[in-house]
Amino acid sequence: MNKKNNKNRRWYAAVFLMTVMGMGLFTSCDKAVAEKKDPETIKVYGETIAELTAPPMVPRPVGDRAATKLKIEMEVIEKEMEMADGVTYNYWTFDGSVPGSFIRARVGDEIEFTLKNHPDSKLPHNIDLHAVNGPGGGAEATFVAPGQQRTFTFKTLNPGLYVYHCATAPVGMHIANGMYGLILVEPEGGLPPVDREYYVMQGDFYTEGEYGERGFQAFDMNKAIKEQADYVVFNGKVGGITGENELYAEVGETVRIFMGNGGPNLVSSFHIIGEIFDTVRLEGGDLVNHNVQTTLIPAGGAATVEFKVDVPGELVLVDHSIFRAFNKGALGILNVHGKENTKVFDDNFEAEPYNPEPILGSAPIEDGEPEEKAVEVLSLADKMERGKTVYNQTCMACHQTTGQGIAGVFPPLAESDYLNADVTRAIKSVKHGLSGEIEVNGNIYNSVMPPQALSDEDVANVLTYVYKNWGNNGTEVTTEMVKAVN
Amino acid sequence: MKTIFRLAVAIAVMIQSQTFGQSESMVKIEGGSYLPLYGTEQEVVVGDFLMDVTPVTNQDFLEFLQENPQWKKSQVRPLFADSNYLATWPSDDSYGANLPSAPVTMISWYAAKNYCEWLEMRLPTIDEWEYVAMASATRPDGRQEAGFQKTILGLYEAPNTYKNEVGTTFRNYWGVEDLHGLVWEWTMDFNSIMIGGESRKDSAGGGNLFCAGAAVGASDVKDYAAFMRYTFRGSVKAKYAVKNLGFRCVKDLPADQNKN
Repeated sequence: MNKKNNKNRRWYAAVFLMTVMGMGLFTSCDKAVAEKKDPETIKVYGETIAELTAPPMVPRPVGDRAATKLKIEMEVIEKEMEMADGVTYNYWTFDGSVPGSFIRARVGDEIEFTLKNHPDSKLPHNIDLHAVNGPGGGAEATFVAPGQQRTFTFKTLNPGLYVYHCATAPVGMHIANGMYGLILVEPEGGLPPVDREYYVMQGDFYTEGEYGERGFQAFDMNKAIKEQADYVVFNGKVGGITGENELYAEVGETVRIFMGNGGPNLVSSFHIIGEIFDTVRLEGGDLVNHNVQTTLIPAGGAATVEFKVDVPGELVLVDHSIFRAFNKGALGILNVHGKENTKVFDDNFEAEPYNPEPILGSAPIEDGEPEEKAVEVLSLADKMERGKTVYNQTCMACHQTTGQGIAGVFPPLAESDYLNADVTRAIKSVKHGLSGEIEVNGNIYNSVMPPQALSDEDVANVLTYVYKNWGNNGTEVTTEMVKAVN
Repeated sequence: MKTIFRLAVAIAVMIQSQTFGQSESMVKIEGGSYLPLYGTEQEVVVGDFLMDVTPVTNQDFLEFLQENPQWKKSQVRPLFADSNYLATWPSDDSYGANLPSAPVTMISWYAAKNYCEWLEMRLPTIDEWEYVAMASATRPDGRQEAGFQKTILGLYEAPNTYKNEVGTTFRNYWGVEDLHGLVWEWTMDFNSIMIGGESRKDSAGGGNLFCAGAAVGASDVKDYAAFMRYTFRGSVKAKYAVKNLGFRCVKDLPADQNKN
């Protein structure tokens, strides 16, 4: 073992020396540097068991290692997992996660790929790796019944970031149930080093119940065919990269995200709120773009995005087809810790009143006594009706249709201990807004809710509606109670 | 001479009644024609036959093994069963913790075929099996019924159903049970329609790696449940033993009863 390591080390040193010498020799001759050897002729050295990682982590970079015979074993597992708070789904997975394990290879590697199908699987499966040059990308070669395994080999000829997925009929259903992942083929010498690397994949899901409907949700074939997704998520579920799953970086670090899109149907307009991609390797290939706000990621495609994080705070990953982010779950957090840098970003300013001059020619302000608006006394039923309307117009975008919120981002109003504990606090939050850290049902939220421009009546209506729904304590909030809170 | 004739009639009647005794666990399927998902562009004709109401159980199979020891797991020839054969049975003569009336699984096609032949029956053909399986509770062809396919897809997705007892799913128009929702089932000619696993190509009807003629386009690209059955069949070989793959037998009707 030691001997082998030594040998490897010596070998690496030799390669390194040669590379340095080579660079020295060719600096004056760009053409020679650009000229690459035919990847098919790249020699492989030794055998290596591939390191595989579940998202959002990625294996170690290949660095300057030589091409090798890389052995990969993956297992198909069908299992029930959480799609959102209180919602479960029967996922079909590569290695038990959605997306499946991240594979990291270099150009010239000879990959020996074994696909195992767990004996408890109900169905046969296979894998089509877009990094393969050959029929079906390995689909036929790996078509495997439950309780069987099959192997095939391929040589990585093209560097890039590639999607893999199951291609068994009905193929859309296998992908819709979570059978996809990424394989990275690094160029010789590896990608330029960065401080942090992450693995994120978007996917759309089609469930019998609407978004957020609790309990087990079965796959809905008709919605899938119509391409009407209930969920559009990162890393397989709502909250896949928020809360305890959020990504992390420190100010000044460079971050690289290997971003894929499993589909099956939707194209992603990938964007990070509050960040600009310094570099995008478009579609996972050689074409590099700089200073990009939003990059398109096709279904069954990928892109590598790189950026330096300059200031602390929460960066929000979204599909900028923005209803997907707000209402279907396509939301993630990259939490950046570190020192403020006011040169780059400064928000330490107090809000000031803003009174535009009355516009000339506009209707004159009426003189006389302001009309005392008759306060209508609504019946409870009317109040609930009105409250529902206010909720749907004002609150639903964040707190969601049934008050379930979005894990780690928007706290739930359903069965909410925070809400039920203190009605005065609730009124105050709606009237004057709420910011800073709060704990709701055991989860910490640290965000900002702006004051809501609602009449006192409507605050009473909407709060009554919320308190009388979704397992809350049924408090009826009156206009007087709202008036009394300052 | 007359006596001998009478005796022969009496014996024939006895045999007849025995046959009927045996077929209480079977029901008659009236043949017809229909368009299956794969394998043909024209309707196929299925004749009348008898079919087991439920899949063969562990207890049934144990009895088969007592009389046919060459199919016990320690004695079966590797050519006829892979190493998963009866893997959940602790020994040759016990199905262990498996329920006696749960469907027997982890049996090869050869074993299933021999079991049926032992009872003077046979495995159903794909066309026969699919013909019976398209029946809903109320109609011989329920494929266009609202919710029928959704129900079946739901049954297919439920995990570990092979552990359940037979007769626990639904009884269809013919009186046959558990065609969907317990286990996949071997058919006589399971490998006659080659699905290569490259499903996109298969469904497009392009040249198939294994057998170009077999992979014609599917007749109904929305019949996901049928796709799942056909791909399953395409993924197995006759010696495979799979945890959620069992079987049932069918029997041709005596010639004088097959008048339809």
